[in-house]
Amino acid sequence: MPERVLRFSPAERAVHRATGLLFLVCLLTAVALYVAPVAQLVGRRLLVETVHEWSGLLLPVPALLGLWSGPFRADLRRLDRFTAQDRRWLAGLRSPDPHRGRLAGKFNAGQKLWASWLAGAVLVMLGTGLLLWFKFGLGFVPRAGVVLVHDAGAYALAVVVAGHVLKALADPEARRGMRTGSVRRSWAAREHGLWLDQKPKSPIPPPPYDGGSSSPSAPHASQAADDAA
Amino acid sequence: MIDKGMPDAGMPDATGPAGRPVGRRIVLAMLGLGAAGVALGPAVRSGLGEVRASLSRVAPAVVPDDRGFRYFSVVGSVPRKDATTYRLTVGGLVDRPATYTLDQLAALPQTTVVHDAVCTDGWQVDAVPFTGVLLRDLLDAAGVRDEGAAVRFTCFDGAYSESLTLEQARRSDVVVALRMFDEPVPHDSGGPVRLFVAPMYFYKSAKWLSGIEVTSQVQQGYWEDYGYPVDGWLPGEEPVGA
Repeated sequence: MPERVLRFSPAERAVHRATGLLFLVCLLTAVALYVAPVAQLVGRRLLVETVHEWSGLLLPVPALLGLWSGPFRADLRRLDRFTAQDRRWLAGLRSPDPHRGRLAGKFNAGQKLWASWLAGAVLVMLGTGLLLWFKFGLGFVPRAGVVLVHDAGAYALAVVVAGHVLKALADPEARRGMRTGSVRRSWAAREHGLWLDQKPKSPIPPPPYDGGSSSPSAPHASQAADDAA
Repeated sequence: MIDKGMPDAGMPDATGPAGRPVGRRIVLAMLGLGAAGVALGPAVRSGLGEVRASLSRVAPAVVPDDRGFRYFSVVGSVPRKDATTYRLTVGGLVDRPATYTLDQLAALPQTTVVHDAVCTDGWQVDAVPFTGVLLRDLLDAAGVRDEGAAVRFTCFDGAYSESLTLEQARRSDVVVALRMFDEPVPHDSGGPVRLFVAPMYFYKSAKWLSGIEVTSQVQQGYWEDYGYPVDGWLPGEEPVGA
């Protein structure tokens, strides 16, 4: 069995699953509200509208709850920070050799850009959505502008998230990482080599079975922990 | 075997500096872009409408020419009515209750009211011409009794209802519409007959109108039960002193 390395903690996977589910509900109800042929089929405006509003309002909640988790916060910091290597990664996109300069940490530059764009877009949709929710008494807000931004944001989000799904469909090991939490070491070395370099060089040995008389941890494992800290 | 390792929490991926916080700048830029879009939206909207209209001329199957209207219905499906099946009843606190066919309505004096249709959801269609019978003509023909003070509207979708005070109902810009843009009102727009209350939000203009009933007081309509104002005046359209 190929050696596997831990990539996503249970908290991160739960945040991903809940956010994905809420996004799907948002998208389907949005289609039922504003794509005319579907709207004519579905109708039931009050029900669909209520589900859309609440799923939209709840969309950022899994990520906010995820802030309790150390690994999730650490990944947010990684997504926020762009290094010189990320610029080389982006420059590599224009290179005829697809692998030149494509060294990445836990997240590559494309994933960082995607995540940042998504976070901003969700906040814009949340803000405009709330303005649309309160239908009366906001006379100072140009409603045509709010509708325009919410509409354009919906189309853009649908396209960008579809891209995310297509990239995942093309890479079973990346999907396995989000589903099970761990990835094959060889995959991590190819796609996220800089990240793998920071992880311990060898797996932590299993606990000793000789009655627990040996030292609490093997020397090379604690050495690896020092390297990573 | 799963390598638990140590979480490299908070560590930059590459050795050396932690890198620049580009991610949060992108988030802020998106927020700025959104705010700018809201501010510029009204100007952009008319341009987009023209783009859409020209696209629908080229490929009407892909981009239907909805003129900016969006389909709203509170029920799952709405039965279709035509000249043979449609009936409009006028009743309640009146001396002469009546039932009209589509042809009978079309034979009455017709008035065209041109006004923006403004939805509470934020979309609007500028200067929509609705043509039909003034509501006050139908009320006068039925003879409103002294105790009548309001009008309740019911619809053949089976769920929607609306209401107006008698004073509002007698306005010259409240019409029982048979035509829109000089064509029969399509089913999806509330045809064959819908109400058009020009000075109020579009939810007051009940689609698929089937009943007009004079009542002694205003009975809340469908959306008003969910918190919408009973007097849905558009901003600036409320009569002075009302």
